Amino acid sequence: MNRLDALRGPVSARPHDARAIAALAANPGCARRALLDAAGVDKDRTARHLGVPAPFGRSQFAITRGNAFEALVKENGCAGLLRLLRELFGLAVEEVGYQDVESVGAHLRHSHTRALIDRAAREGEGTAVFYDHPLLSLEIAGHTSYLEPDVVAFQLGGRFHIVEIKSFAVIDGQAAPDKVAAAARQAAVYVLALRTLLTDLGHDPRLASHEAVLVCPENFTNRPVATSLDVRRQLAVLRRQLARMTEVDRLLAEVPDGLTFDLAPDGDGVPTRPARELAEALSRVPARYAPDCLSTCDMCMFCRSEARECGSTDLLGRQVRDRLGGVSGMAEALGMAEGVLTPAEGQEEIALLLRTAERLRQECLR
Amino acid sequence: MSVLAALARLRAAREGVAQPIATVRHCHLASRPMVLVPLKLAGEAAAPLGAVVGTDPDHPRLLVVPQPRDRDLRFSFAAELAEVLLPYVEGFAGATETVERRGGEPYERCLDAPQILVPNRPAVTFLGLLGRSTRFRRADGPCPVHPSVPLLGRWLTYFADRSHRPGSSLLLAATEALSTHWATGQSALEDANLAALVGWIDPPEGMSGARAAEEAEDPLLWPPAGPATDPGFDNEVLAPAVRAYEEAPSGHAVERVAQALRTQLEPTWRLMWRAAGLLRALPEGGRVGERWEADRGSFTRFVERLAENGPPQARRDGAVGAAARLAGLERAQAGYEVQRAYDDPLIMAEYRLTGEAFAGTVTAADPGHAEGEGRSRKLRPLVTVKTADPVQPAPGTVLGSPDRRGHAAEVVEVAGDEITLKIVKGMGRGRTPAPGSVPEPGERVTYTSLTGDFPSSPALPDPELTPWTHGGPPEEYVPGDEEAREEWA
Repeated sequence: MNRLDALRGPVSARPHDARAIAALAANPGCARRALLDAAGVDKDRTARHLGVPAPFGRSQFAITRGNAFEALVKENGCAGLLRLLRELFGLAVEEVGYQDVESVGAHLRHSHTRALIDRAAREGEGTAVFYDHPLLSLEIAGHTSYLEPDVVAFQLGGRFHIVEIKSFAVIDGQAAPDKVAAAARQAAVYVLALRTLLTDLGHDPRLASHEAVLVCPENFTNRPVATSLDVRRQLAVLRRQLARMTEVDRLLAEVPDGLTFDLAPDGDGVPTRPARELAEALSRVPARYAPDCLSTCDMCMFCRSEARECGSTDLLGRQVRDRLGGVSGMAEALGMAEGVLTPAEGQEEIALLLRTAERLRQECLR
Repeated sequence: MSVLAALARLRAAREGVAQPIATVRHCHLASRPMVLVPLKLAGEAAAPLGAVVGTDPDHPRLLVVPQPRDRDLRFSFAAELAEVLLPYVEGFAGATETVERRGGEPYERCLDAPQILVPNRPAVTFLGLLGRSTRFRRADGPCPVHPSVPLLGRWLTYFADRSHRPGSSLLLAATEALSTHWATGQSALEDANLAALVGWIDPPEGMSGARAAEEAEDPLLWPPAGPATDPGFDNEVLAPAVRAYEEAPSGHAVERVAQALRTQLEPTWRLMWRAAGLLRALPEGGRVGERWEADRGSFTRFVERLAENGPPQARRDGAVGAAARLAGLERAQAGYEVQRAYDDPLIMAEYRLTGEAFAGTVTAADPGHAEGEGRSRKLRPLVTVKTADPVQPAPGTVLGSPDRRGHAAEVVEVAGDEITLKIVKGMGRGRTPAPGSVPEPGERVTYTSLTGDFPSSPALPDPELTPWTHGGPPEEYVPGDEEAREEWA
């Protein structure tokens, strides 16, 4: 049996969506996450079974608003979207085709998308078409993940553009930077998937533009506004990250034989694996906890309490850790500062700095 | 994050309670601040859901929008908020003083200014957006609103803008104000949770700060401090209550939404006053008053602008306005950093660690030392300081000192741990130094290369003279009907 399958247990691998793939780049140094993701383990279920679910809820108000906005943008075969894109790219296109890929049924969507994109790439210029509900794929560490671009891929002037529809507002030309960054990372995943597809079909991958289109509500209205988003940087990060994922073999080599994260679900799918045993199995693969994980990884609460138990400086954030010259233990750093611990070789400089800092602190707080 | 602050975090983690990273308070705290805790509807840019507001900890005023998607209800929320906020703000506009200034006309400045406290930075952003969505409205014309609404919008915009200025205290975010003074044993990211932060600083009797912070992460025990609400609350409590209102908009239905919001807002309301109490207990830094004076000046100018019936703040700055704003922020940042170090030995210690300052004891002094002869004779007292601090300044460097205002010294020589300084400023005009202006042997002194002298920002042209490289003179900003009618969906 494949070692990754053994890690996951006898359930099907959890597919990655674009958000998950984009998040892979968030903490590239974490072996635990790399392995769990490569094996397609359901991290959310795992964390729940351990009794430490991540605090990622979504409000139904946000979901409703998001769906309503998306429906609005795609109304009447994306007629409104065409107007926006015409203005954005300064193109004089009167007519546009609309292809709803979903009409062919879920099982065929991927091959249908392939065929449509192939035809469009062949026919070249002049045929502007929206593809609604396309299904792309991307190979992640030996597993195929199917991706649904925020539904619309669009071909105009011979190029394909990924269109991301988001319901956060662009107010007077400005939007929340973290949300724009997240949208760019996701769009990059779709661009990469589309380029992979084009390459497979023997076309020039550059037909898929690195300029994604972000469609958001303008100001406080429901009126959509389109902005072009250059995702070249995000693409580079993503490529590097995915290349690293293939090094999963190296990580696997260090995994003890027989290790598994199997939840041992019973007939009803309820996990039967003792939580403590599962926790122990997980702790055999090192994590690289950082406070950022709290907003990106389902396993964050588990890794945080583990980091607390071993008193890791990771808990305090990368900035603090950098300031401490990369010293990994809190007790170790404090020991050096207080002069009760002899610094190891190579730590003399940071130890001196910490001792001076401690002296100054004591002097000022006396 | 300095090494000292990192060390304080380590210690906080070990002791289980937050550690001080300042010895004095670096923000102004009004005797009667207004606390405002806003909530917004998830998924919307600036749809108010409710708020608690007031100046009396025992009497918060609860504002509720029973159907947050209803545009009219949003405007009545804005009008209600204006009813509380505007009288408070305008109450400071009356009493003024005349300030003389060198080489300029004297001007009027309010004796005191309003101060608004909100839980966190997202609350500031939300108030800014609420200001943006209301300031262009009109009391007459096609979509009339209550006359207080556009005025509220202009004030909220002003406060939110001003809060980006380092050292300003007109609108303070509690998490930021607390984090400037205490280091917790968790990450800065987790400090954004007000309940957790206060838990670390002031844990309940018999509980460690770490434990209190852990409890604070449970949204059922400690609802988020807003403006975002807990998704669980949205789905299980708020949504049914809003739906009930929609089906039958009765007083009872409004009360149900109000009750739901009260459970989310009240814990934060109490936390806000605890946060204010914690800050108030710190002695105020020496230069905080100076910065508050600047805030009062800015407030007064805005009051005057409103009195002159000026247009609401534009959607975007013009080229000259933006450059001026940026230069102003940079200067404020630099000034704030220097002032904090001068006010607080613990902040100065960070500069001592990086070699930009040193402290020590005076071992010798020659107060009568002078340079030159006759008319060009200049008093240049010499002082030798012995220090244990790590890095030492190069000869010729001009240093200031937090111990004496207007005092400046030049490094003459560094020999081992002894530094000889030549005092060049702040001795008075006599033939001998003014009493107390030269440190005496045995005195503990601090000197730093950090000084408040910044190159003044380049002169900017008047907006009418904006060069073509920057788009040419901007069109005069006149908000039109379109903005007054703008949808608020």
